[in-house]
Amino acid sequence: MLLIDCPWCGPRDDSEFQYGGEAHKRRPPAPDQVSDAVWADYLFHNQNPKGLYLERWRHSAGCRRWFNIARDTVSHAVLEVYPADALPSNAAARAVYEQNWRRENEAAANAAAVAETTEIGA
Amino acid sequence: MSAINRGVRALKNSAKRYSLAALARNAFNGHNQWTEAWRNAKPREAYDVVIIGGGGHGLATAYYLASVHGIRNIAVLEKGWIGGGNTGRNTTIIRSNYLWDESAALYEHALKLWEGLSQDLNFNLMFSQRGVLTLAHSEHEMKEMSRRVNAIRLNGIDSEVLNPMEIKALVPIIDINPGLRYPVMGGFLQKRGGTARHDAVAWGYARAADDFGVDIIQNCAVTAIRREGDQVTGVETNQGFIKAAKIGCVASGHSGVLAAMAGLRLPIESRPLQALVSEPIKPVIDTVVMSNAVHMYISQSDKGELVLGAGTDAYNSYAQRGSLPIIEHMLEAAVELYPIVSRVRVLRTWGGIVDTCPDASPIISKTSIKGLYFNCGWGTGGFKATPGSGHVFADLIARDTPNAIAAPFALSRFESGHLIDEHGAAGVAH
Repeated sequence: MLLIDCPWCGPRDDSEFQYGGEAHKRRPPAPDQVSDAVWADYLFHNQNPKGLYLERWRHSAGCRRWFNIARDTVSHAVLEVYPADALPSNAAARAVYEQNWRRENEAAANAAAVAETTEIGA
Repeated sequence: MSAINRGVRALKNSAKRYSLAALARNAFNGHNQWTEAWRNAKPREAYDVVIIGGGGHGLATAYYLASVHGIRNIAVLEKGWIGGGNTGRNTTIIRSNYLWDESAALYEHALKLWEGLSQDLNFNLMFSQRGVLTLAHSEHEMKEMSRRVNAIRLNGIDSEVLNPMEIKALVPIIDINPGLRYPVMGGFLQKRGGTARHDAVAWGYARAADDFGVDIIQNCAVTAIRREGDQVTGVETNQGFIKAAKIGCVASGHSGVLAAMAGLRLPIESRPLQALVSEPIKPVIDTVVMSNAVHMYISQSDKGELVLGAGTDAYNSYAQRGSLPIIEHMLEAAVELYPIVSRVRVLRTWGGIVDTCPDASPIISKTSIKGLYFNCGWGTGGFKATPGSGHVFADLIARDTPNAIAAPFALSRFESGHLIDEHGAAGVAH
């Protein structure tokens, strides 16, 4: 049983919440143009760490708002609760965010988009 | 389908073979001369194949590599004690009543191996084909069930639809009052389904594999997977480096941790799954009854304990414990369906970490790294498949090519989109 500190309603039992899996996942902006491997990464290949995990939760039986938490999957300790559109401020949680292989994918996608824009521009 | 190659029988001419003669001989010696069932091996420098994970699936893989494929230079590495993970934590249910052809082939392969496995292994697995009954609680579920039964029968697997009166005759303690919140509208029965003693499955495979020379190494945790280029070379463990050109990962809830060591991504979420047993009572139920809608399944052990299975927690965890609301939810359903259990006390509850897959079907696959194979993703229902899983995985490792049964379960299905959606046939939603 987790005690989750909803940013709007305060601490409540986890049975009031809905789990949303990995946080900070970005949907490929043009799914029909990405490779099957990239689409599979988005759909199926979630992080499943033994340790600190950044995950989405929704207070579905309360304020019904989404937010993120940084939680340890072994001790279940919640390190930080933070808004859905923000990054964690805790240093360990920030490191987990940065070490996720999705950041490399995103950087590659951005580089490709920039290259394409330049090409069109030329 | 051709006959299954069950391999060379274990302990055939061994002095260690369990038999009436052995029992009599040992009785005269005051039962002081029984030999250990398997050696407590120390790791050697190198093996042909290293299996990571000493649960039922890993031990079965090692056994079939030895008995069917003649590969005997094998180590099974187990970070704790063999059978101490999900093999010793499940509710021991065996069945093969899945919807899709791919699953039917895999689970029926396993069920056929179960039939006769005690003889193959010379170990009493207490395999009991007491039948598995699955309940339907709504019109929609009845229709869905009829469709599934037809699909199952077309695959040559036994299944029959029962009405509430037939269910009452089979399970006298069930309440079929139509006024229940989730009334029993009907169900379907696989008579060849049943249960087995889960610990005995691990011990039986371990003993038989050991007789073929397989080293079973306990308290041996893998810390890294080494490779040169795209070929594996061995594993680092807390007992030193072990060289191997082929590595089979069969680590259930920890598969993702192993995959990360090799830089691979698996579509797996690790979740706690819980079960419990009651205090022992006199025999009241001689079959297995499952209900997907209310999320509980029940059988009775030979000791008299009611064995009840619950659902998974909704969030990822490696804690090997689940939360109480899941247990409460399952017990509510148990008390409504079987009113006589309302005053029976819970003896103990426990959890195991299962590796759930997006399509509720397992992964039996090669990887992009040569010599590295994964057998995982069995989620909430791997025990029933133990012999079949080991049999096809051994075949994959030995030949480096998936056979017809294993091929649909390759990792590539998550890119190609050929998912095998068995959420309806999995006992537990995830």
